[in-house]
Amino acid sequence: MTQRINRRQFNKALAAAGVATAFHPFGIVHAQSARLKVGVLLPRSGVQAGIGQDCFRVVQIAGGILGDLGLPGLEIMNGDTESNVDVARSRAERLISEGAQLLVGAFDSGQTTAIAQVAEQRGIPLVINIAAAPPITEQGYKFVFRNFPTAPMILGDAFANQLEVFAATGVAPKTAVFMHVNDTFGVAMQKGFTGVMSKFTMPYKVVDTIAYDPAARDLSVEVAKAKASGAEALVLVSRLNDAILLTRELVKQRWNPMAVLSMGPGWYEDQYLKTLGKLGDGPISFVPWYDPNKKLSKRLEAAHAKAYPDINLNTNHIYTFEALLVAADAYKRAGSADPKALADAIRATDIKDNVSTGPGIQFNAKGQNDKLKNSAIQNRGGKLVVVAPKGASNAKPELPMKAYDKR
Amino acid sequence: MPIEIYLNVAASGLLTGLVYGLMALGLSVIFGVVRVVNFAHGEMMTLAMYLTLMLFSAVKLDPLVLLVPIAAVMFVFGYLLQRGLINPFINRPEHSQFMLLVALALILVNVQLIVFGPDAQGIRTAYSFDSFQLGPLIVDASKVYAAGAALVVAAALFAFFRWTLLGKAIRACADNYDGALVVGLNVKRLYALTFGIGAACVGAAGAMLMAVIDVTPEIGPAYTLLAFVIVITGGLGSMPGALLGGLLIGLTEALGGVLFTPSAKSMFAFGLLVLVLLFRPQGILGRKASG
Repeated sequence: MTQRINRRQFNKALAAAGVATAFHPFGIVHAQSARLKVGVLLPRSGVQAGIGQDCFRVVQIAGGILGDLGLPGLEIMNGDTESNVDVARSRAERLISEGAQLLVGAFDSGQTTAIAQVAEQRGIPLVINIAAAPPITEQGYKFVFRNFPTAPMILGDAFANQLEVFAATGVAPKTAVFMHVNDTFGVAMQKGFTGVMSKFTMPYKVVDTIAYDPAARDLSVEVAKAKASGAEALVLVSRLNDAILLTRELVKQRWNPMAVLSMGPGWYEDQYLKTLGKLGDGPISFVPWYDPNKKLSKRLEAAHAKAYPDINLNTNHIYTFEALLVAADAYKRAGSADPKALADAIRATDIKDNVSTGPGIQFNAKGQNDKLKNSAIQNRGGKLVVVAPKGASNAKPELPMKAYDKR
Repeated sequence: MPIEIYLNVAASGLLTGLVYGLMALGLSVIFGVVRVVNFAHGEMMTLAMYLTLMLFSAVKLDPLVLLVPIAAVMFVFGYLLQRGLINPFINRPEHSQFMLLVALALILVNVQLIVFGPDAQGIRTAYSFDSFQLGPLIVDASKVYAAGAALVVAAALFAFFRWTLLGKAIRACADNYDGALVVGLNVKRLYALTFGIGAACVGAAGAMLMAVIDVTPEIGPAYTLLAFVIVITGGLGSMPGALLGGLLIGLTEALGGVLFTPSAKSMFAFGLLVLVLLFRPQGILGRKASG
């Protein structure tokens, strides 16, 4: 049997279709079915290549977890900053020109500062994964958001966690030497160090401060100078390669500090642990970390362990994952890839089901998540254990460090 | 600060400087004879370092033993490079030679990045974490062995140029190009041999440095620059000058770092270079250009 449609029925159907088209949120449906183009900028070659590659590991597994959370898909566009500020700037420009609707990156404060300028000029949201220099979110930028603690936040928590560790072990150094890399992050930490430390009643005084080049090939002079200070502990802001070099020099120069207290990357990273074996045990890192008791932490840990069974979950993975989480969450709520709508949605972020230590992800008026907390983690037998804060720890701290020649 | 700290740092600087000196010796030999400035010198050294790393992984021999086969491989590499690529540029303007060797350096860095990746890689020997204690002095064992090997290689090189017929022929080419041609020396072959010897020096230095530092492709350009600072300080073309330059730069960096600030230690090396250029432009042991 065939049904014939007359002219009036056809006109009614056409009008109904027109009305439906006019009122249907066509753009939203289109945007949500399309994936958000996210330009991920990381130092995947050059001095910081190891860390950039490490950050990228989680980019490769994030899609599945975000999908399980009911969040829209992300189309990842890669940009290698080559550990260079100028390259970071040009790569950001290029990614935006190639259609990136949101940027994520870039581990290093100097490179991130350059990318933030580009993002703001071009009106494309930037979600910073890792970068601690305070000025980045002090510029009044409207498109720049940071879910990572600033240098003063890291320092404040580091001192608080140190006091907790000293109290728990009953061991505290009376003197320390402060060594730091002289890049943007290291200098920002050094500038804040004295001011923030004065707010705490620390048991040690800093007898010398030594700056060094993060690309240095030999740190024997630096360690000799630190050893000559007679300090009981070594407080550091370093990177990966220099952390390995420093440990080698500690062993060779037969210096056994009571504690190695790191306030930056390097000392907890897999390459450090694998390269140094049992000589890598003992340092405590006071770093932005994750709360192992959170639901999403367990999910990320499981996915990460499946994909990379020999690599510990660390700061690089956690905060790069959360940057992508922020992007996907904002895209879902914005219902559009329009940069301004995305930026507004990011500003209104309120994610409680997250990974990092602290109450969750929210941004203040400056685009900074100021609710983040740090943890203290110690290297033990090639693994990492959380020793503070008490609420998010899974082991007790051990001090003083075992002498290198007794291992 | 206790005096032993200065002694420790000075000893460390001198030992490192000897290895640097051997590396720069290769540059000086090549320039002294072939009159080509090797702008890919540091990159050739990182190539030797990676070869050492690969060979070490395969046969587990000490890098100081591996320096012999590595130097031999680099000799062949240098010889072929000169015969095939650099020889046609010998009589071309200096900027052409410069562009050729800079291009070669870039190619070497990028090939190393592709093949070996950007991560720092090192060798762990039985003595990697050892040190010797001599009274108040604590000296890094790896540096002592590497510096000792550098001295042996440098002595062998001096002996080769002084007492062998081939060495004398190469020196003749360096002293008087036309004269060498007139007496029937095969100058092209001698140039290639010289480039090979320079590359072998770099190869030996690279193998020794693997016992002391980690390698990444990115360190090549920094070592090219360092080699230039050393040979210009010691005297471009002077073999003893290269060794002296290495020792001086190693010592200056080390003492500058401990006396002032370690992050500025390279500044002192460049400061020394500026002083040498101001007061003795031909370098400490260099000869003044005639005419």
